Order: sequence, then C-alpha cells, then structure tokens
Amino acid sequence: MNQTSFNNLLEVKDLSVHYGAICALHGISFELKPGEIVTLIGANGAGKSTTLKTISGLVKSSSGKIKFQDQDLNGIPAHKIAGLGISHVPEGRKPFSNLTVYENLRLGAYNTNNKAEIDAAMTRVFESFPRLKERLAQSAGTLSGGEQQMLAMGRGLMARPKLLMLDEPSMGLSPILVSEIFAIIKEINEQGTSILLVEQNANMALSIAQRAYVLETGSIVLSGNAQELREDPKVKSAYLGE
Amino acid sequence: MKRLATLRSIVIVVAVYVVLQVLISLGLINPYWQQILSFAGIMAISALGLNLIYGFTGQFSLGHAAFYGIGAYAAAYLSKSIQSTNPLILLLGIICGGILAGVVAFLIGLPILRLRSDYLGIATLGFGIIMKIVFDNADAIIPSLGGSRGMTGIPRLTSFAWVFAVFVLGIIILRNLVFSSIGRALVSIREDEVASEAVGVNTTKYKTIGFVIGCIYAGVAGGLYAHLYSFLHPSNFDFLKSIDVLLIIVLGGLGSISGTIIIAFAWTFLLEGLRVILPEAILDWRLVIYPLLLIIVMLIRPKGIFGGREIKFLFPKPESFKTPINRSETSK
Repeated sequence: MNQTSFNNLLEVKDLSVHYGAICALHGISFELKPGEIVTLIGANGAGKSTTLKTISGLVKSSSGKIKFQDQDLNGIPAHKIAGLGISHVPEGRKPFSNLTVYENLRLGAYNTNNKAEIDAAMTRVFESFPRLKERLAQSAGTLSGGEQQMLAMGRGLMARPKLLMLDEPSMGLSPILVSEIFAIIKEINEQGTSILLVEQNANMALSIAQRAYVLETGSIVLSGNAQELREDPKVKSAYLGE
Repeated sequence: MKRLATLRSIVIVVAVYVVLQVLISLGLINPYWQQILSFAGIMAISALGLNLIYGFTGQFSLGHAAFYGIGAYAAAYLSKSIQSTNPLILLLGIICGGILAGVVAFLIGLPILRLRSDYLGIATLGFGIIMKIVFDNADAIIPSLGGSRGMTGIPRLTSFAWVFAVFVLGIIILRNLVFSSIGRALVSIREDEVASEAVGVNTTKYKTIGFVIGCIYAGVAGGLYAHLYSFLHPSNFDFLKSIDVLLIIVLGGLGSISGTIIIAFAWTFLLEGLRVILPEAILDWRLVIYPLLLIIVMLIRPKGIFGGREIKFLFPKPESFKTPINRSETSK
C-alpha cells in the first residue's frame, strides 16, 4: 500500500522561476509516473534546462511546488535531493576532467559508503556502458564527446536513482552516437529507472518517450502522448522540421 | 602492504631528521642556515595549507599571508604576555594562532566562498590588504603588538626540531584528509562545482572546510615564524607574501603535496643561496631570477613541476583510491 500510494513519482505544480527580473518559467505543471520516460522539448531558452535545475535544487524556484514520491522538495538543498533518488546529468556533461573514469563513477556514489552497493552499481553501469569499463584509468577530460556523455550518465546511475534527469544527451554527438545513446536510455528505463529527458532533438526524444511536454518561452503549450505529438502538425512544423 | 608503507614513511622521516640533526651538531649546518632551514619548513607548512585551498579545492585565495599574520601576532601576543621561555608556550601559541586564523577564515569564508575564481581572488586580496592595515595600526588597541614600528621582544622558541615536528604532522594530516571522503568532495568541487553538487556533495560545507583547514595551516606556520625571528613587522604579511606562497604551490603543481614541499625548500634556499653566490654588485638581481624561473617553468611544465602527481614512494594511494587497472577486479 505504502509503495503504491503515489500515482506520480514526480509532480510539478505551477512552478515559476526567475533569474533576477527575468522570468524563466511561468507556472508550469507536469507529472511523471513511475517507470515512464517523459520528455520536455522546446527551442533554445524555452526553460527546459531551468526546469531540471530547479527540480535538482541547483536553482531556486520563486513559486510553485515540486513533489517527489509525495515529498515536497521545496527548500531542500541540491546535495540532499541527490540523495533522495534523483540524479541530474547536467547539460554539457560536466565530467570531473582531471579525474579518472573510475574516480568519476566513484564520486557518483558519493552518498553511500557501502562498498558492496558501490560495486553493484558499478557493475550495472558497465552493463549499460561497456566502453567505460575499458577506459577506467583514463582521465575523463581525454574521452571523446560520446564517451563523456556515457560517463556523465554512468555517474548519474551510480547513485542508483529512481529518477534520472538527462539534459541534452545528444548535444554535439554524431547521429550514430545519438541513436546509440538513446537505445541505452531506453534500456536503462526498461530496467526500472524513470527518466525525465530534456532534448532539442525532438524527433529522437519523442521516439523513445511515452509522454511529452512542449515548452515555449517558459510555458507548456502542448502536452500528451509522445506518438501523437509526433504527428501533430504544429510540432511537426516547429520542432521536427517537416 | 599498508603496514609496510607506513613503516617505510616512518623510517624516511626519522632518517631525514637524524641526518639533519647530525649535520647540525657537527657544525656543518651553522645557526644561520639552521634558521633558513626552519624558515623553509614554515613556508612549506603555510604552502601546504594554500595547496589544500587552491590546489585541491580550487578556491583561488590571495589572502594567505593575512592568515599567516593572524597566527603570528596571536601566538606572539600570547607568549609575550605570559613572559616565559618554557617551550610549551610555543605549542600553546601555535595552537591559538591556528585556531584564531581558522575562526577568522570561517567568518570570512562563509560570505566570500560563494564567489568563484577571479572574484574570490579579489575578495581575498581585499581581506589581505585590510589585515595589513590592521597590523599596521594594531598598537592603537593593543600597544604590545607594536603596529607599524614592529613587534619586538617575542621569545625565540622556535627550534628546527619544533618546525620539523609540526611540518611532519601537517603532511600526515593533509595526506589523510586528501585520501578521505572529504578529499574526494574537495577535488570534485575543484573539477566542477555544479556536477559536484549534482552528485550530492554539499559544496558550501566542503569549500568552507577546505578553506578553514588551509588557513589553520597558515596560522600555525605564522606562530612558528613569530618565534623564529622574535620580531614581527606588518610588511612581512602584505599581499606580496601571499604571492610568494602562491608561487610555491603553482611551481610545485596544484594538488601535489610532494611538489609543494620540494618547491618550498628549493625556493627558500634558492633565494638565500643566490645571496651567497652572487657578487655584491648584482645582489638585487636575485629578485629577477626567480620570476624568470617561474616563467620558464610555466612554459615547460604549465601544470607545475609535479602537476597534481605525487612521489608514489612517499605518498602511496590507499587501496580505495586506486583506479583498478585490471578490468576483472571491478566486475567482481
């Protein structure tokens, strides 16, 4: 009963965010059910990254509610939110460049000291990203863009999150790598991690997500089933370039 | 394996101490060079502190000499007011100096550690300048501090043995701190503060911890310094002295304990050695030589002599910090 008492893993209600006088989010609302892949798509500056940063506590909201597993996240600092089961893979990957791949992954599990748990998490990461295992002793800064993206996601998974938030995983990657990364995202989801995906590559994002929200200058203008949105003429012309 | 490494370290430390003491008692290191040796040790302690702040945590500080000065004046005030030549007064003095520097660092750090890179540098520089003015005018409040005339009458309690003991203790503490979960947090902040926060590191807390401990090192070094020359002057704690320490850690390699130690000694001895070697006429040129050296090292080795690495023999990584090379080890 307790486990299933919440319908939504994540619930965002009337969330507004200001950077100084500039309003980045105008009261957006959306939810994510356990096991889902939900994507936020939209143009540059629509507020997609801000949404993720606000959920993970890196940016403070000016009003509205964020609930994770029925717990209000308002006022909880970022480092504690990371411990609740939300992993944020930030835009631009942000690896710890001078540290080795192994040390990067180890830091992903900063919230636990349990050796067995860390080893288990690392084994799971290697299942998804066998490439990382080959590069364990290499410094993260010397990895290719695709490998750095894998490392950032692997680092996020090390905390064994219930919700993995990915910010632009396709950024700056070749089309082949993009499809590889998206196949892995789908696989991670199938193994039981819910995913909130922010993407500019709307076509790719809509192809693996169950539901989607379209953001435009800080407001949600469209939402619904990902397949249906893909067919929507407005979305097609504005984001899919068709 | 671990025990062997510990034993080896103890043997090295004892051997170095015995050799130096023998050289001193044989008169091969005269009192003048003993003093230089002690001063180099003091610089090394202070530089280890700055390396924790800048090299490991990545927080750019230009105010290190201010904390060094706070420790020096606090320790000197204590021993001067007690008027005793008991060496334990020195211990009490450096503890108080360290604590006071740490408390001030905490109070200053809370507001200014929010700033990043250059901005933090400017803020710490400002603090350093303020402290220099405070030292200059300290006699207005406490006459015995001497103000801009300098503080005299401090008992000469710092011996080479004291410096060596504190120096070794400082290395051990820093080494264990770096190879702990706190060390992991500090290094992750240096690498990327946002990512660090995102993986669950309380960056505000750890930046403050790094800064405070680094400044305690400066305070302790200052306490030893005050009792080495028995005279303090505000000009010994101005902004340029912060640059000296910065120079040592940048030359040695940010995030390298071995590099800091070697360069702290090399730098001190180079400056003094040039005084002996160079003829009178061009003596002042020694102050040109070391900046030149800095430029050359930066061109050849932009990451410093050691570039974040350690002499593995002296500072072995604990098992839990090693990156497994054999792939099968991790998949167990």
